[in-house]
Parts: sequence; C-alpha cells; structure tokens
Amino acid sequence: MMAGFLGLVRRELLLAFRQGSALTLTLAFFVIAVTLFPLGVGPELNILQRIGPGVLWVGALLSCLLTLDRMFQADFEDGSLDLLMIGRVPVELVVLAKVVSHWLTSILPLILITPLLAVSLNMPFDGIVAMEFALLLGSPALSLIGSVGAGLTVGLRRGGVLLSLMVLPLYIPVLIFGVAAVEAAIAVLPMASHLSLLAAMSLGALVVCPVAAAAALRLAVD
Amino acid sequence: MSLTATDLTCIRGDRLVFDKAALSLSAGQALWVKGKNGAGKTSLLRVVAGLLKPARGSVCWNGIDIREDPDAYQGHCHYIGHQDALKPVLTARENLTFWSTYAGVSRVAEALEIFELSRIADMPAGILSAGQKKRTNLARLVASPAPLWILDEPISSLDTHYIRLFADCLAAHLKDGGMALFATHQDLQVDGVGYLDLNGGGTRE
Repeated sequence: MMAGFLGLVRRELLLAFRQGSALTLTLAFFVIAVTLFPLGVGPELNILQRIGPGVLWVGALLSCLLTLDRMFQADFEDGSLDLLMIGRVPVELVVLAKVVSHWLTSILPLILITPLLAVSLNMPFDGIVAMEFALLLGSPALSLIGSVGAGLTVGLRRGGVLLSLMVLPLYIPVLIFGVAAVEAAIAVLPMASHLSLLAAMSLGALVVCPVAAAAALRLAVD
Repeated sequence: MSLTATDLTCIRGDRLVFDKAALSLSAGQALWVKGKNGAGKTSLLRVVAGLLKPARGSVCWNGIDIREDPDAYQGHCHYIGHQDALKPVLTARENLTFWSTYAGVSRVAEALEIFELSRIADMPAGILSAGQKKRTNLARLVASPAPLWILDEPISSLDTHYIRLFADCLAAHLKDGGMALFATHQDLQVDGVGYLDLNGGGTRE
C-alpha cells in the first residue's frame, strides 16, 4: 500500500518534470502577479510594506488555483482514474498522494521564491521569516481544500471557473491568519497564535479533505 | 475464488440500460459479454469492476458483496477499459512499471516480452500507434497477475497476429485457474468460454 502511494507520488513528480509547464507557469504567474502591484500602486515604500503580506498571500492563493483543476483531470481523461479507484491503494490515500505532489510541484516553488518578491515589496527581514513560516504551515491546507474542489469538478468540461468559485471562499481563513501572522511579526508582536491556527487548519484539512475528495471522485467515475 | 452477480439493474440518467442481469464465474471460467452497441456491455463491466453502482442487485466476490467490503476485492481484478491509461510523456516501460508497482507485483520485462513490446518500450507512449498503446495496456495483465480480468474491447485496434497472441494469453490465464469477463465484437476462439447476451438471450455455458 505504501509502495503504491510512493509510486504514485513519484509518477506525479516525474510527469511534472517531464511536462515542465505546471512548474514554471505557476511560478511565472506568481512572480508577474506580485510584481504588478508595485507597478500599479506606485513605488511608495510605506504603502508597499503595508500591502506586502496581503499581496503575497493572494498571489499564492491564485497561483495555487491555476494547477488545481488538473489535479485529477488528466487521469480522468485517460482512464487512469478508473484504475486508481479500484486499485490496492485506498482512494483517500490516492487523493493524499495527489495533494502531496501538487504541493511539491505547485506550492513549494512559490514558497522558495517568496523572499525575493518580499524584498521587492519592502518587507523587513522579520516579516519575510514570518511569511515563510506562515506559508509552510498554511499552504498544505490550500492543496487539501483544493483537492475537494478538484474532485467535485473533475467530470466537468470547463470546471476551472466553478472550481475557483468553490475553493476561494474556503481559502479566506488561511488568508486572514496568514496575513495576520506576517503583520504581527512586522509589528514585533507575538505571532505564535496565528501560526498555530494555520497549522491547525492544515491538520484539520488533512483529516477531512481526503475523505471528501475521495467521495467526490467516486461520484465522478460512477 | 468465485464471482457472482445477481439481479443487476443499471440505470444511466433516465434510461434503463439492462435489467436483471446475472452471471457467475469460478476458477478457470470466462464469460463473453455480447450485445449490440448500447446494450450495456461497458456498464455491466464497470459495475462488476466496482466502478459503477448498480441501481439494484449485487456483485459478490467469494460470496462477499464488493460494495460492502471493497478491500477484499481490490487488487484481485484487472480492468482494461476503452482508454489506455497511459501517460504520453512517460515511456511504455515507465507506464507499465508504474501500474505494476501500484498493483504490488512487477514482472515488467516478462510482460513486455510476451506482448512483443521490447523494441518500443523506451519510446514515449504518446508517439505509439493505437495498437501499440493497446498492447502496452494489455501487458498490465501479465506484469501484475490478478485472478479476474475484466476486459472491455481488449482487441480493438489489434491486428490478427496480436489478437491470436492475446487469445493465447487469455487461454493460459484460464488454464492457470484465472477468470475473465470480456466484451468483444469478435469471437476470440478460446475453448470453454461461456457467453452472456445482453440483448435478452440470457447466459449459456
């Protein structure tokens, strides 16, 4: 069972590297979307520092959405999903494998490039550190919640928009506490409570979302 | 090992696809599902594979309903559908290796050999012909053995040589005590295959 799970993660990573597009496109979108703000709002350092955390978080949420609709779509189209559903590995674990791969290929690159973009938004060093921690703790929830949306829209031809409408409202708590953690750090206030809440959201999503997404997938192949 | 299905009724949308279908298979037996286009062959196979929920009736593996205890059934059947379940950017070998490790047993080299795929094994699946893709998909049957084969049009896009080769493979599987349920438009000429007619003809050994 574990071998099947790891094999699936390995295949997803291999596919992402062979195709390349998912990896680089999300990253490029994130960079461009975030860079547009200094251009649009103007190079006023105080304003940039004020909006920086929010811009980075919203940028990350939107970039994450870009690849979400493909989480199960390709497997649904080529018949792989049927085999994954009736294989040895429980469907919940299949979802988890997909979530892990999505996080590694679509979100981890964003987290890695965030410090660079944060500097361009005039974010102080403490803020950047907090931003990284907040993203690391909160972003698993993004992939997990997204997997439910992706499962529900897998059979639809143009499910991407519907997926965004379903998933984005559910991202609001992560956004609120993610931004709050960074702002607390910039104001030299304790941020542990915000980070704990982010971690709690990811853990809660870890329990609920694979089960919900698996149920959605069972409906999709039926 | 045995597979039985009783009183299966399948409804897709508002349409009754088939009604009161029944089948039973035990070790070494195969059943050829016949029927016109739209008679419900694919739906029946998907119901038996556990992918579709029947409107009524049940499918039992060793006497246990597969919907009540899917774990006991999982890993005991191979499902070959219309789609090839191959990733175009991975090579035939990589695709096959993935599916067989996923199933737990990996006899990839042997499977590639049997289906005469060794020469094209390291080409991306995306550039293979339809028949080559089909054979790569069929090679899963050998790469990770499972007692029950559920095959939906397994020989579409194969030439006569490979149809023969596949029929021999199926015969060997049955001889080893395997079971198969398949839908084709063409007689595979394998000995001892019963048939199930979805046009209303019932089953016959």
